[in-house]
Amino acid sequence: MSPTMLWIVLLGTSAFSFSIKLLGHSVPQHWLSSARLQRINALIPISLLSALVVAQGFVVKTHVVIDHRLAGLAVALAALFAKAPFPVVVVAAAATSALVYHLH
Amino acid sequence: MPPRSTVRDAFSVSLTVGVYGVAFGAASIAAGFSVLQSCLFSLLTFTGASQFAAVGVVASGGAAASAIAAATMLGTRNALYGIQMAPLLQVKGIRRITAAHITIDESTGVALSQAPRGSEAMRAGFWLTGVGVFVFWNIFTLLGALGAKTLGNPASWGLDAAVPAAFLGLLWPRLETTFLRLVAVASMGFALLVTPLLPAGLPIIVTVAVAIAVGWRPR
Repeated sequence: MSPTMLWIVLLGTSAFSFSIKLLGHSVPQHWLSSARLQRINALIPISLLSALVVAQGFVVKTHVVIDHRLAGLAVALAALFAKAPFPVVVVAAAATSALVYHLH
Repeated sequence: MPPRSTVRDAFSVSLTVGVYGVAFGAASIAAGFSVLQSCLFSLLTFTGASQFAAVGVVASGGAAASAIAAATMLGTRNALYGIQMAPLLQVKGIRRITAAHITIDESTGVALSQAPRGSEAMRAGFWLTGVGVFVFWNIFTLLGALGAKTLGNPASWGLDAAVPAAFLGLLWPRLETTFLRLVAVASMGFALLVTPLLPAGLPIIVTVAVAIAVGWRPR
Protein backbone atom coordinates (compact mmCIF):
# COMPACT_ATOMS: atom_id res chain seq x y z
CA MET A 1 0.00 0.00 0.00
CA SER A 2 1.31 3.49 -0.88
CA PRO A 3 2.35 5.92 1.91
CA THR A 4 -0.65 8.14 1.09
CA MET A 5 -3.07 5.23 1.46
CA LEU A 6 -1.48 4.24 4.79
CA TRP A 7 -2.15 7.77 6.06
CA ILE A 8 -5.74 7.53 4.78
CA VAL A 9 -6.23 4.26 6.68
CA LEU A 10 -4.73 5.78 9.85
CA LEU A 11 -6.71 9.03 9.76
CA GLY A 12 -9.93 7.44 8.47
CA THR A 13 -9.87 4.75 11.16
CA SER A 14 -9.17 7.35 13.84
CA ALA A 15 -11.93 9.71 12.67
CA PHE A 16 -14.58 6.97 12.48
CA SER A 17 -13.53 5.35 15.76
CA PHE A 18 -13.76 8.65 17.63
CA SER A 19 -17.07 9.58 15.98
CA ILE A 20 -18.60 6.31 17.15
CA LYS A 21 -17.41 6.90 20.70
CA LEU A 22 -18.72 10.48 20.72
CA LEU A 23 -22.02 9.34 19.24
CA GLY A 24 -22.52 7.04 22.22
CA HIS A 25 -21.95 9.94 24.61
CA SER A 26 -24.26 12.28 22.69
CA VAL A 27 -27.43 10.44 21.69
CA PRO A 28 -30.45 9.88 23.96
CA GLN A 29 -30.21 6.63 25.87
CA HIS A 30 -33.14 4.94 24.12
CA TRP A 31 -31.38 5.19 20.76
CA LEU A 32 -29.33 2.20 19.61
CA SER A 33 -31.17 0.15 22.20
CA SER A 34 -33.18 -2.11 19.87
CA ALA A 35 -32.83 -5.76 20.85
CA ARG A 36 -31.79 -6.73 17.32
CA LEU A 37 -29.00 -4.15 17.25
CA GLN A 38 -27.75 -5.33 20.65
CA ARG A 39 -27.70 -8.98 19.54
CA ILE A 40 -25.87 -8.25 16.29
CA ASN A 41 -23.47 -5.87 18.02
CA ALA A 42 -22.51 -8.56 20.52
CA LEU A 43 -21.70 -10.97 17.67
CA ILE A 44 -19.76 -8.58 15.39
CA PRO A 45 -16.46 -8.79 17.33
CA ILE A 46 -16.64 -12.58 17.28
CA SER A 47 -17.24 -12.78 13.51
CA LEU A 48 -14.67 -10.12 12.65
CA LEU A 49 -11.93 -11.45 14.94
CA SER A 50 -12.55 -14.98 13.62
CA ALA A 51 -12.24 -13.73 10.04
CA LEU A 52 -9.05 -11.88 10.96
CA VAL A 53 -7.49 -15.04 12.47
CA VAL A 54 -8.18 -16.83 9.19
CA ALA A 55 -7.12 -13.94 6.93
CA GLN A 56 -3.85 -13.48 8.77
CA GLY A 57 -3.12 -17.13 9.48
CA PHE A 58 -4.11 -19.01 6.34
CA VAL A 59 -4.23 -16.56 3.46
CA VAL A 60 -1.68 -15.13 1.03
CA LYS A 61 -3.36 -12.49 -1.17
CA THR A 62 -6.52 -14.36 -2.26
CA HIS A 63 -5.25 -17.92 -1.78
CA VAL A 64 -5.80 -20.20 1.19
CA VAL A 65 -2.40 -21.62 2.15
CA ILE A 66 -0.93 -23.75 4.91
CA ASP A 67 2.55 -22.58 5.96
CA HIS A 68 4.76 -21.95 9.01
CA ARG A 69 2.07 -19.71 10.52
CA LEU A 70 -0.14 -22.76 11.16
CA ALA A 71 2.45 -24.14 13.60
CA GLY A 72 2.46 -20.80 15.42
CA LEU A 73 -1.34 -20.70 15.61
CA ALA A 74 -1.51 -24.30 16.86
CA VAL A 75 0.84 -23.39 19.71
CA ALA A 76 -1.21 -20.24 20.42
CA LEU A 77 -4.36 -22.38 20.63
CA ALA A 78 -2.65 -24.82 23.01
CA ALA A 79 -1.41 -21.91 25.15
CA LEU A 80 -4.94 -20.44 25.32
CA PHE A 81 -6.36 -23.82 26.37
CA ALA A 82 -3.67 -23.88 29.08
CA LYS A 83 -4.93 -20.42 30.22
CA ALA A 84 -1.61 -18.74 29.39
CA PRO A 85 -1.61 -14.92 29.54
CA PHE A 86 -1.86 -12.95 26.29
CA PRO A 87 1.86 -12.03 25.91
CA VAL A 88 2.87 -15.68 26.38
CA VAL A 89 0.36 -16.74 23.70
CA VAL A 90 1.72 -14.24 21.19
CA VAL A 91 5.41 -14.84 21.90
CA ALA A 92 5.01 -18.65 21.84
CA ALA A 93 3.24 -18.40 18.47
CA ALA A 94 5.93 -16.13 17.05
CA ALA A 95 8.80 -18.32 18.28
CA THR A 96 7.23 -21.51 16.90
CA SER A 97 6.42 -19.95 13.55
CA ALA A 98 9.94 -18.50 13.23
CA LEU A 99 11.47 -21.89 14.04
CA VAL A 100 9.41 -23.69 11.39
CA TYR A 101 10.13 -20.88 8.90
CA HIS A 102 13.89 -21.35 9.32
CA LEU A 103 13.79 -25.16 9.39
CA HIS A 104 11.72 -25.27 6.23
CA MET B 1 -10.20 10.25 46.91
CA PRO B 2 -11.51 7.10 45.20
CA PRO B 3 -11.41 3.83 47.20
CA ARG B 4 -7.96 2.19 47.21
CA SER B 5 -9.43 -0.98 45.73
CA THR B 6 -10.77 1.03 42.77
CA VAL B 7 -7.34 2.55 42.15
CA ARG B 8 -5.75 -0.90 42.40
CA ASP B 9 -8.26 -2.44 39.93
CA ALA B 10 -7.76 0.42 37.48
CA PHE B 11 -3.98 0.21 37.67
CA SER B 12 -3.71 -3.57 37.23
CA VAL B 13 -6.10 -3.53 34.26
CA SER B 14 -4.25 -0.58 32.69
CA LEU B 15 -0.85 -2.22 32.93
CA THR B 16 -1.97 -5.67 31.79
CA VAL B 17 -3.89 -4.35 28.80
CA GLY B 18 -1.30 -1.70 28.01
CA VAL B 19 1.35 -4.37 27.49
CA TYR B 20 -0.69 -5.68 24.51
CA GLY B 21 0.42 -2.47 22.83
CA VAL B 22 3.72 -4.20 22.04
CA ALA B 23 1.86 -6.67 19.83
CA PHE B 24 0.01 -3.83 18.09
CA GLY B 25 3.20 -1.83 17.47
CA ALA B 26 4.85 -4.89 15.96
CA ALA B 27 1.80 -5.79 13.84
CA SER B 28 1.56 -2.25 12.55
CA ILE B 29 5.22 -2.22 11.46
CA ALA B 30 4.79 -5.65 9.84
CA ALA B 31 1.85 -4.23 7.84
CA GLY B 32 4.05 -1.44 6.45
CA PHE B 33 3.21 1.49 8.73
CA SER B 34 6.02 3.69 10.08
CA VAL B 35 6.87 4.03 13.77
CA LEU B 36 5.24 7.49 13.77
CA GLN B 37 2.06 6.14 12.14
CA SER B 38 1.94 3.22 14.59
CA CYS B 39 2.14 5.63 17.53
CA LEU B 40 -0.48 7.95 16.01
CA PHE B 41 -2.80 4.94 15.63
CA SER B 42 -2.64 4.29 19.36
CA LEU B 43 -2.95 7.98 20.25
CA LEU B 44 -5.80 8.84 17.86
CA THR B 45 -7.76 5.64 17.25
CA PHE B 46 -7.21 4.21 20.75
CA THR B 47 -9.38 1.12 20.58
CA GLY B 48 -7.27 -2.01 20.42
CA ALA B 49 -9.28 -4.48 18.38
CA SER B 50 -10.09 -1.83 15.74
CA GLN B 51 -6.41 -0.88 15.43
CA PHE B 52 -5.45 -4.53 14.98
CA ALA B 53 -8.21 -4.93 12.38
CA ALA B 54 -7.10 -1.91 10.33
CA VAL B 55 -3.46 -3.00 10.15
CA GLY B 56 -4.56 -6.62 9.67
CA VAL B 57 -6.58 -5.78 6.56
CA VAL B 58 -3.68 -3.70 5.21
CA ALA B 59 -1.26 -6.58 5.89
CA SER B 60 -3.51 -9.01 3.99
CA GLY B 61 -3.44 -6.70 0.95
CA GLY B 62 -6.90 -5.19 1.38
CA ALA B 63 -8.01 -1.76 0.23
CA ALA B 64 -8.00 1.30 2.50
CA ALA B 65 -11.82 1.34 2.57
CA SER B 66 -11.91 -2.29 3.75
CA ALA B 67 -9.42 -1.53 6.51
CA ILE B 68 -11.42 1.49 7.73
CA ALA B 69 -14.73 -0.42 7.49
CA ALA B 70 -13.43 -3.41 9.48
CA ALA B 71 -12.05 -1.13 12.20
CA THR B 72 -15.25 0.92 12.33
CA MET B 73 -17.50 -2.12 12.67
CA LEU B 74 -15.34 -3.48 15.48
CA GLY B 75 -15.66 -0.10 17.19
CA THR B 76 -19.48 0.04 17.20
CA ARG B 77 -19.58 -1.48 20.67
CA ASN B 78 -17.89 1.66 22.00
CA ALA B 79 -21.07 3.61 21.13
CA LEU B 80 -23.07 1.29 23.36
CA TYR B 81 -20.51 1.78 26.14
CA GLY B 82 -20.86 5.55 25.73
CA ILE B 83 -24.63 5.32 26.12
CA GLN B 84 -24.10 3.51 29.43
CA MET B 85 -21.35 5.83 30.67
CA ALA B 86 -22.79 9.26 29.72
CA PRO B 87 -25.54 9.35 32.42
CA LEU B 88 -22.97 8.25 35.02
CA LEU B 89 -20.30 10.80 34.08
CA GLN B 90 -22.57 13.82 33.34
CA VAL B 91 -19.83 15.82 31.62
CA LYS B 92 -19.86 18.50 28.92
CA GLY B 93 -17.43 20.18 26.51
CA ILE B 94 -13.79 19.13 26.56
CA ARG B 95 -14.38 16.63 29.38
CA ARG B 96 -17.04 14.89 27.31
CA ILE B 97 -14.63 14.73 24.34
CA THR B 98 -11.98 13.24 26.62
CA ALA B 99 -14.46 10.79 28.14
CA ALA B 100 -15.54 9.70 24.65
CA HIS B 101 -11.94 9.11 23.55
CA ILE B 102 -11.21 6.83 26.53
CA THR B 103 -14.51 4.92 26.23
CA ILE B 104 -13.23 1.39 25.58
CA ASP B 105 -13.82 -2.17 26.85
CA GLU B 106 -11.60 -1.72 29.90
CA SER B 107 -12.72 1.72 31.18
CA THR B 108 -16.38 0.68 30.84
CA GLY B 109 -15.68 -2.75 32.36
CA VAL B 110 -13.92 -1.39 35.44
CA ALA B 111 -16.58 1.34 35.89
CA LEU B 112 -19.39 -1.25 35.84
CA SER B 113 -17.46 -3.56 38.18
CA GLN B 114 -17.30 -0.76 40.80
CA ALA B 115 -21.12 -0.56 41.06
CA PRO B 116 -21.23 -2.12 44.57
CA ARG B 117 -18.90 0.69 45.79
CA GLY B 118 -21.20 3.47 44.54
CA SER B 119 -21.28 5.86 41.59
CA GLU B 120 -18.30 7.92 42.83
CA ALA B 121 -16.15 4.77 42.62
CA MET B 122 -17.65 3.95 39.21
CA ARG B 123 -16.66 7.36 37.86
CA ALA B 124 -13.17 7.03 39.35
CA GLY B 125 -12.87 3.56 37.82
CA PHE B 126 -13.80 4.90 34.39
CA TRP B 127 -11.36 7.84 34.39
CA LEU B 128 -8.44 6.06 36.07
CA THR B 129 -8.69 3.02 33.80
CA GLY B 130 -9.27 5.02 30.63
CA VAL B 131 -6.31 7.33 31.24
CA GLY B 132 -4.18 4.45 32.61
CA VAL B 133 -4.72 2.24 29.56
CA PHE B 134 -4.10 5.25 27.30
CA VAL B 135 -0.70 5.92 28.90
CA PHE B 136 0.52 2.30 28.97
CA TRP B 137 -0.99 1.37 25.57
CA ASN B 138 0.89 4.23 23.90
CA ILE B 139 4.20 3.57 25.67
CA PHE B 140 4.10 -0.12 24.72
CA THR B 141 3.00 0.63 21.15
CA LEU B 142 6.16 2.71 20.72
CA LEU B 143 8.32 -0.07 22.21
CA GLY B 144 6.70 -2.71 19.98
CA ALA B 145 7.07 -0.57 16.87
CA LEU B 146 10.72 0.25 17.58
CA GLY B 147 11.41 -3.41 18.40
CA ALA B 148 9.80 -4.69 15.18
CA LYS B 149 11.60 -2.01 13.15
CA THR B 150 15.00 -3.25 14.33
CA LEU B 151 14.09 -6.91 13.76
CA GLY B 152 13.58 -6.68 9.98
CA ASN B 153 11.86 -9.49 8.00
CA PRO B 154 8.59 -10.22 9.90
CA ALA B 155 8.45 -13.93 8.95
CA SER B 156 11.98 -14.50 10.19
CA TRP B 157 10.92 -13.52 13.74
CA GLY B 158 7.47 -15.08 13.59
CA LEU B 159 5.70 -11.70 13.49
CA ASP B 160 3.45 -12.96 10.70
CA ALA B 161 2.13 -15.62 13.08
CA ALA B 162 2.08 -13.31 16.10
CA VAL B 163 -0.64 -11.19 14.47
CA PRO B 164 -3.23 -13.98 13.94
CA ALA B 165 -2.25 -15.34 17.38
CA ALA B 166 -3.05 -11.91 18.81
CA PHE B 167 -6.47 -11.98 17.11
CA LEU B 168 -7.05 -15.45 18.54
CA GLY B 169 -6.06 -14.11 21.96
CA LEU B 170 -8.56 -11.23 21.61
CA LEU B 171 -11.27 -13.63 20.43
CA TRP B 172 -10.73 -16.31 23.10
CA PRO B 173 -12.20 -14.59 26.19
CA ARG B 174 -15.35 -13.70 24.20
CA LEU B 175 -16.19 -17.35 23.49
CA GLU B 176 -18.12 -17.79 26.72
CA THR B 177 -20.81 -20.18 25.48
CA THR B 178 -21.07 -23.08 23.03
CA PHE B 179 -23.30 -20.88 20.87
CA LEU B 180 -20.61 -18.17 20.63
CA ARG B 181 -17.95 -20.79 19.86
CA LEU B 182 -20.14 -22.07 17.02
CA VAL B 183 -20.49 -18.52 15.67
CA ALA B 184 -16.69 -18.23 15.71
CA VAL B 185 -16.20 -21.53 13.87
CA ALA B 186 -18.90 -20.64 11.33
CA SER B 187 -17.25 -17.24 10.77
CA MET B 188 -13.85 -18.84 10.19
CA GLY B 189 -15.35 -21.33 7.75
CA PHE B 190 -17.20 -18.57 5.93
CA ALA B 191 -14.08 -16.40 5.69
CA LEU B 192 -12.07 -19.30 4.22
CA LEU B 193 -14.86 -20.09 1.78
CA VAL B 194 -15.10 -16.57 0.33
CA THR B 195 -11.32 -15.91 0.30
CA PRO B 196 -10.70 -17.22 -3.25
CA LEU B 197 -13.82 -15.43 -4.54
CA LEU B 198 -13.21 -11.85 -3.37
CA PRO B 199 -10.42 -9.24 -3.53
CA ALA B 200 -7.98 -9.36 -0.59
CA GLY B 201 -9.30 -7.83 2.62
CA LEU B 202 -12.96 -8.01 1.61
CA PRO B 203 -13.60 -11.49 3.11
CA ILE B 204 -12.97 -9.97 6.56
CA ILE B 205 -15.74 -7.38 6.07
CA VAL B 206 -18.15 -9.79 4.41
CA THR B 207 -17.90 -12.18 7.37
CA VAL B 208 -19.92 -9.66 9.40
CA ALA B 209 -22.85 -11.18 7.47
CA VAL B 210 -22.56 -14.19 9.78
CA ALA B 211 -23.05 -11.96 12.84
CA ILE B 212 -26.01 -10.18 11.21
CA ALA B 213 -27.65 -13.42 10.05
CA VAL B 214 -27.26 -15.12 13.44
CA GLY B 215 -28.29 -12.07 15.48
CA TRP B 216 -31.25 -11.06 13.29
CA ARG B 217 -33.82 -13.06 15.23
CA PRO B 218 -33.90 -13.91 18.94
CA ARG B 219 -32.76 -17.44 19.66
